Amino acid sequence: MNFANQVLQWFLNGAHWQGDGGIPHRTFEHLAMSGASVLTAAVIALPVGIAIGHIGRGGILAINISNIGRAIPSFAVLVIAVELFGIGALPAFIALVALAIPPMVTNSYIGMREVDADVREAARGMGMRERAVLLRVELPIALPFIMAGIRTSAVNVVATATLAALVAWGGLGRFIVDGFGLQDYPMMFAGAIMVAILSLIVEFSLAGAQRLATPAGLRPSKTVQKEEPLGTTRDTAMVAA
Amino acid sequence: MLATGVVGAVEDPWIRWSWISGHADIITAALVQHIQLTLIAVVVGLVIAVPLGLVAWRSRVFRGPIFSLTGILYTIPSLALFSALVPFTGFTILTSEIGLVSYTLLILIRNIVVGLNSVPDDVREAARGMGYRPLAELVRIDLPLATQAILAGVRIATVTTIGLVTVTALIGEGGLGSLIYDGLLRDFKTPLVVGTVLSVALAVVADLSLAGAERVITPWSRARATT
Repeated sequence: MNFANQVLQWFLNGAHWQGDGGIPHRTFEHLAMSGASVLTAAVIALPVGIAIGHIGRGGILAINISNIGRAIPSFAVLVIAVELFGIGALPAFIALVALAIPPMVTNSYIGMREVDADVREAARGMGMRERAVLLRVELPIALPFIMAGIRTSAVNVVATATLAALVAWGGLGRFIVDGFGLQDYPMMFAGAIMVAILSLIVEFSLAGAQRLATPAGLRPSKTVQKEEPLGTTRDTAMVAA
Repeated sequence: MLATGVVGAVEDPWIRWSWISGHADIITAALVQHIQLTLIAVVVGLVIAVPLGLVAWRSRVFRGPIFSLTGILYTIPSLALFSALVPFTGFTILTSEIGLVSYTLLILIRNIVVGLNSVPDDVREAARGMGYRPLAELVRIDLPLATQAILAGVRIATVTTIGLVTVTALIGEGGLGSLIYDGLLRDFKTPLVVGTVLSVALAVVADLSLAGAERVITPWSRARATT
């Protein structure tokens, strides 16, 4: 009870809500860094995954890039980035972009392969040009998978951005790492709570976005629920950081 | 990188072989600890996930809460989870394991439920028609047929855990992560490279051996794939 009270007191302390080291600024840093990384990774990864899926070649690469990504510890990626690019925001950004790319490539590829060959044929039979087939048939069907990839990457990035505090960058991880260094456990615990809540908010809002992105005709009905185990070829590439 | 820093500063190479040969004992100890932490996490994870998976499979009422709770645990960043536990369980292996086990649960339970759900209804009908009791049906029909999906879950959980173990270096455990952390703190690349390479190698070896075990344990899946 005493500890809970200390954590509460930490949150109630006005000084923790002001300035560059305050909660609002750290939250902003965390979100800005995560958003920039996910957007940059999306610009790189989605065209690659969609192109591979559309052409239908290079699938082994698209599937395995996630497995390889899973085997490389995010912590190691971050520290290697620091060795290469020095300390601060740049290495954190580069590491986060690198980590966000694999799930997006894999999921957008899987999404494109989900498009039934018959549907594609039918679209061509209706006289659609290749561009129209891609934009009006393939992409809408693939969109929920693409969104799933963005969601996986985003949650992963928000988590790894926390680790970036270890390599002298800001964000909410600062409270954890500084609390740790100063043996200020209420601060450390408060940081952990804020990071956890932020991650859950990102996860739930992107899950909602994914549902909205699913075309009405493709939403799972109550009677037929398609489920695939993780680790199969249809694995939607989950990663934890 | 170019040595453009202080004049006379010795450039730190990515690998200094003399350090490796001089610290073989430390490297071996880190590797062994990494394997131990991973094994404990996956085994304890399975012990918890199997009953929960069975409950989630059988009961629609419990299914939602089980998936929500393990999903929330899975979403919480590792550093946050480990540091939130420290005030209660200290800098111990228990703290590491509570965190690591938490992350295996969603993956394992999800694959157990999906695997069991994939058993065809007529197979189950036939078993009942042959006089199987519920427990015998579960042990001799359902679980063997779900093995492939369950093992796929074990594979992902293992590879994921191997990566996450490195983060526990911050709370004084960490296996190979302690080498990476050491490299970061001392700005010395060799332990960082050794820790990273061994961690990735361990993940690859674990993944391939579990894939091999999957083939041996479920030979029928291979037969089906070739026909």
